Formats: sequence, C-alpha cells, structure tokens
Amino acid sequence: MDMIVLQLFNGISVSSILLLIALGLAITFGLMKVINMAHGELIMIGAYTAYVVQNLFASYMPDEAFGWYFALAIPASFGVAFVFGLVLEMGLIRFLYGRPLDSLLATWGVGLMLQQIARSIFGAPNVGVTSPEWLNGGMTVFGGVVLPYKRLFIIGLVLLCLFAMYLYIYRSHSGRRMRAVMQNREMAACLGISTRRVDAVTFAIGSGIAGIAGCALTLIGPIGPSIGTYYIVDAFMVVVLGGVGKLVGTVFGALGIGMSNTLFEYWTTASLGKVLVFLCIVAFLQWKPMGLVAMRSRSLDN
Amino acid sequence: MGKNVWKSGVFVLLACMLVLAGCGKNENTAASTNASESGGGEDIKVGILHSLSGTMAISEVSVKDAEMMAIDEINAKGGVLGKKLVPVVEDGASDWPTFAEKARKLISEDEVATVFGGWTSSSRKAMLPVFEELKGLLWYPVQYEGLEQSPYIMYTGATTNQQIVPAVSWLLENHGKKFFLLGSDYVFPRTANKIIKEQLKVESGELVGEEYTPLGHTDYATVIAKIKEAKPDVIFNTLNGDSNVAFFKQMKDAGISPDDITTLSVSVAEEEIRGIGVDVLAGTYAAWNYYQTTDTPANKTFVENYKKKYGEDRVTADPIEAGYDAVYLWAAAVEKAGSTDVEKVKEAAKELEWDAPEGKVKIDGETQHLYKTVRIGEVQTDGQFKEVWNSGEPVKPDPYLKGYEWAASLSEGK
Repeated sequence: MDMIVLQLFNGISVSSILLLIALGLAITFGLMKVINMAHGELIMIGAYTAYVVQNLFASYMPDEAFGWYFALAIPASFGVAFVFGLVLEMGLIRFLYGRPLDSLLATWGVGLMLQQIARSIFGAPNVGVTSPEWLNGGMTVFGGVVLPYKRLFIIGLVLLCLFAMYLYIYRSHSGRRMRAVMQNREMAACLGISTRRVDAVTFAIGSGIAGIAGCALTLIGPIGPSIGTYYIVDAFMVVVLGGVGKLVGTVFGALGIGMSNTLFEYWTTASLGKVLVFLCIVAFLQWKPMGLVAMRSRSLDN
Repeated sequence: MGKNVWKSGVFVLLACMLVLAGCGKNENTAASTNASESGGGEDIKVGILHSLSGTMAISEVSVKDAEMMAIDEINAKGGVLGKKLVPVVEDGASDWPTFAEKARKLISEDEVATVFGGWTSSSRKAMLPVFEELKGLLWYPVQYEGLEQSPYIMYTGATTNQQIVPAVSWLLENHGKKFFLLGSDYVFPRTANKIIKEQLKVESGELVGEEYTPLGHTDYATVIAKIKEAKPDVIFNTLNGDSNVAFFKQMKDAGISPDDITTLSVSVAEEEIRGIGVDVLAGTYAAWNYYQTTDTPANKTFVENYKKKYGEDRVTADPIEAGYDAVYLWAAAVEKAGSTDVEKVKEAAKELEWDAPEGKVKIDGETQHLYKTVRIGEVQTDGQFKEVWNSGEPVKPDPYLKGYEWAASLSEGK
C-alpha cells in the first residue's frame, strides 16, 4: 500500500518536472513551429542564474536571509532567460521561420556555444546549489511514505506556471494576438497585428519558462554546462506526444510519460523502463500521429 | 534580394561560431610554439589527451591541469635528459572514436614520446588498439574495472583489488551484510558489481538489490523507493558523473541519512563533492588511494602548488594525483633509460619507485599497474575526507584477481 502511494506521488512529481521543462517548448515548438535545440541551454541559463543569486546572497546578505534566495532566484531566472530568448529571436530565429531544419541546426549551434560559454565562465565541473532550508526534509503522510517538500514545491510551481500561461494565452489581449498570429499569420498581419513583436515576445516567454524550469532543477539534480542535453529529448517527447499546439496536450503528454516511466521503472529497471516508454510513444504515434490532442485549424492543414 | 542578405548574415554568424569554437585550440598551439622557441636545442613532445569538452570534461579537465603542472615543474628543474618537455594538448571531447583518432594523430603526426590521457573505460578501450598498433605508450590515470593488461598502457589508477575488493571486505566487517548495488549502466559498474557479487558469496554477504541507471539519469525517486523496500545495510555506489548529484540530493530529501544506510562510492572524490554539495554527502564513504588530506610531505607541496597555480578554491583528488604521478614516473623512466624510445622506457619503468603524494608507489613490472595504498575515507562537513581505514602498505596490483579463488570464473570469462 505504502509503495503504491509513494509511486503514484513519484509519478506525479516526475510528470511535473517534465511538464515544467516542456512548457516553454510547447510554446516555441508547439505554437511557433521552431525546433529550438537551444531550449536545454535556456534551462541551463536559468539554473546558473539561481546559482549566481545564491552566491550573491551568500556574500552580501545576512546569513538568516540566505534561505530566501530561492524566492528571488525564480523571477531572476525567468528574467535572464527571457532576455536571452528575446535576443535569440531577434538575432537569429526571426530569419528562420518556416524553415524547421535550418532553425534546428542554427539553434543547435547556439546551444553548443552557450554550453561552451557557461564552461568558460563557471568552469567545467558541476556547481553546487544549496537548497534553502525551508525546502529540506519532507512530509510524512503515513507509515514509510515521505513526500519531499522540494517535490511538492515543484508541483506547486508547475501549477502556478500553468495557470499563468493559461491566463496569458486565453484571457489577455496579447495572448489573443499571439493565438491569432499562430493560427493565421497573414490574416493577423492584415488586421494590424505586429507579427514580429508577437513572435519575439512569445519566444521570449517560452524561454523565460525554460529559465524557471532550470531554477527548479537546481533543487533535485546536477547543475553543469550540459544540464540541458539531459532534458531536451524528454521535452520534445512530451510536446510531440501531447500534440502540437495545445497547452492541455502538453499536460497530458507529461503525465503520460512521467507516470508510465515511473511504473515501468518500478517493475523493471531504469534503462529498460526508458526503452519501454519510447516503444509506447512510437506505438502511440503510429496510431495517432497528431498526438493526444490535435489542434484543428484550416491554416495548419497544409 | 532581402532574403539573400539575411541568408548571408546567418552564414557569417555560423562562421563566427566556428572561429569561436576553434579559439581554444589556437591557444594550445600558440603555447607549444612559444615553448619550443624558448626551449633551446631539441624538445621532447608529450601528448595530453583528455575530454576538455562534453560530459566528461567535468572530471578530466583537472587531470589535464595536474599533468600540465607536473610538466611545468619538470621543465623548471631542467627538463628530462636536459631537454624541455612540450605538451601537445588534444581534446577527446567525451567521444570514444575521437579519442582513438586523436591518439593516432598524436603518435604518428606529432610524434610525441608518450601520451597521458583518458578517463572512461570506453575511451581507454578505444585507444588501446591504436597504441598497440603504433607501439606508442599511454599513461592512464583513473581507477577502473580491471581484467585488462596491455603492453602499451601504464595504469597509474587503482585496479579492483586496490579499491573495490578491500572496500567490500571493510563494509562487511564494519557496516553490515546486506548490500544494494547501484551503478550507471556501462562497462565499469557492471564489471565491478560482477566482482562484488562473487565476493559477497564467499564472504557471507547478502545481495538485496541491484540497479543500473543510464548515464546522465537524474530521477532517482523510483530507485530510492526500491532501496527503501530492500532495506540494505550498505549501498555500494558505482554511479558515474552527474547522476551522483541527483542521487544524493534525492536520498536526503527522501529522509534517508548516512546513519540509516551506509553509502560507499568509488567515483566520488573531492572534485565531485564540490558539485554535489557537502550538505548531502557528509557522512558517506568513498574508497580511493589518495585524498587531499593524505598526510605525506610530498602531498603538502603538491596541494600547495596546485592551489597556487589554479586557485585557492580548487581541490586535488585521486585521479588528479594519479595523472600527476604518471608524468613523473614517465620522466624517471626516461632518465633511467637515457632515451625516450618506448620499448626502452617500458623496460626502465619496471619496478620503478617514486614518492608520490599518496605515499610510495611502484610500477609492477609484470602488469604495468602501480602498487598503491588503499584508503577509505568519510566525507567531512568541509568537503574533505577523513581517512578511516588504510591498507598500511602499498598493495600489489592484481588486475585479473588471480590472488582470489572466488574470482576464478571472472578472469576466465574475461
């Protein structure tokens, strides 16, 4: 019984991390059709921002305030990754819309450059990020079931991001303009929407969310120049499985992969579990090539 | 027209990237030409081949630093055979075919006298045929899974009977019989665990679980759930690289402290502790031949010089020291042979002794591995190790575990 509860929780927490890293990609890849291979490096930028904020706190703030560095690190990671995304969009991506393979290669190159830059600045070894004291330990539910606070915090953070994204895309003016551009660029442009501005802002927001993901990852995993490469494939899988273009698809994609990964891993081993998940995804996409939730739009048909 | 302008813009940008990527290399060539100008007379070129980029750069860059430091020190004292050493640095890029390719380049194009390099067993296995074919000499500085012996490789890291086998015995004696084996899914952990399982059988230990995760795996929630279920006394950790960070952080969050379950790692050294975080590692154990805190006069100067050269916040560790030893041992063998000829150097290297930072080491003439002292250390809150056990004297290397009856089936199966 303990085991079932614990594994369910583990499944949800794995899914929440997958969702957080895929959310930004769902926007840039799902909505804009840009295969952004540098997405992982934007995650890395967020993680290193958290590291820098931590160090600033350690050197300039009183000791008792240190625990709160993380509250500042989240918006800082978003901000820094947002700016990087904006620069990337205006300097490179803008010229590659509608050329998925070119954008794949170019952003991959950018990713390699960013990795090497991080290596020059922070050094090749991993850097240690100390988790704030208030996130240490866990909640004992019953028996041997301990739910780590960090995992609960990440789940909360993901829900918050998801809610904010929903409000932005479906309930705000700029969100409406964004949807208009994604669904029918020419028509939107005819109606006086500056598609260039919308593109830039949309891409930057996707990047900013990658930054938040990076910040959250400092709680559970390694922070090094190549952190992005671990997560990029998973992120693409979530978006492709979920169905390109819909937020709700990304949520189901993450849940599906996260839960099945945890279950397979529990029954078999980590390596075999991963293989089984891949097989399931391949089989599923044979059956439903558009993914879990397909967007219906005339302009997307061609 | 406008589109073409943008197209060329992108190409210019890509070209810039290439130039940037090439920068690191230019530096090295510049350094080596300078050195050869100032050297006067003939120089001796030596190759250094480590991953300076990619996933293994994390570990290998500091080994390269230690080897460069040893070369500088030797040059400052007048070089070898009165000639200056000139390092030719190549990047294996964490990619095994690249290692083989660069090894070939170093031997046949640069005509280096010897090569110091490699970290993963895969990189060594990739380079091995190249060194055997071209009759070059490789000095390999990292502990590995044993069951290998090439006439053209000098192994200055530990083999299994100098690290894993004594560590298992020590754990059985002091921390309990129930073992959980956790490793990354590749050559080293699988071979190491095969050995451990044989050993547990004869030393009355019990195997309660065995898990492998892909290299770079970062989610250990399920593995930890399995550990909780298996209730081991000891986790023998052969995870490599970044996965350690995730594993230890998540163990702590799951509420498992080193007091509940003893963890002993064989790939976590001082360098790794900085990146994983002392707060999650304090109280766990590691088995190595050298720690920064190892108390020998040679180590005091070694640590001082390393920090002076690369910064106060840098730490030394076992493979770093083994890389440093390799350069000195090679230099001593060349002096003794009076030549840099590979066969002569190999002959001179037999039974060669040296006061390394870890204490006395000796090259075993038969296996080309080093006699090394085994040390088990506990991670302290300052990120350094406290030695809790050592073998007292340098242990004779036994890569095929011929000295252990229970290992008979392993070396046969090779």
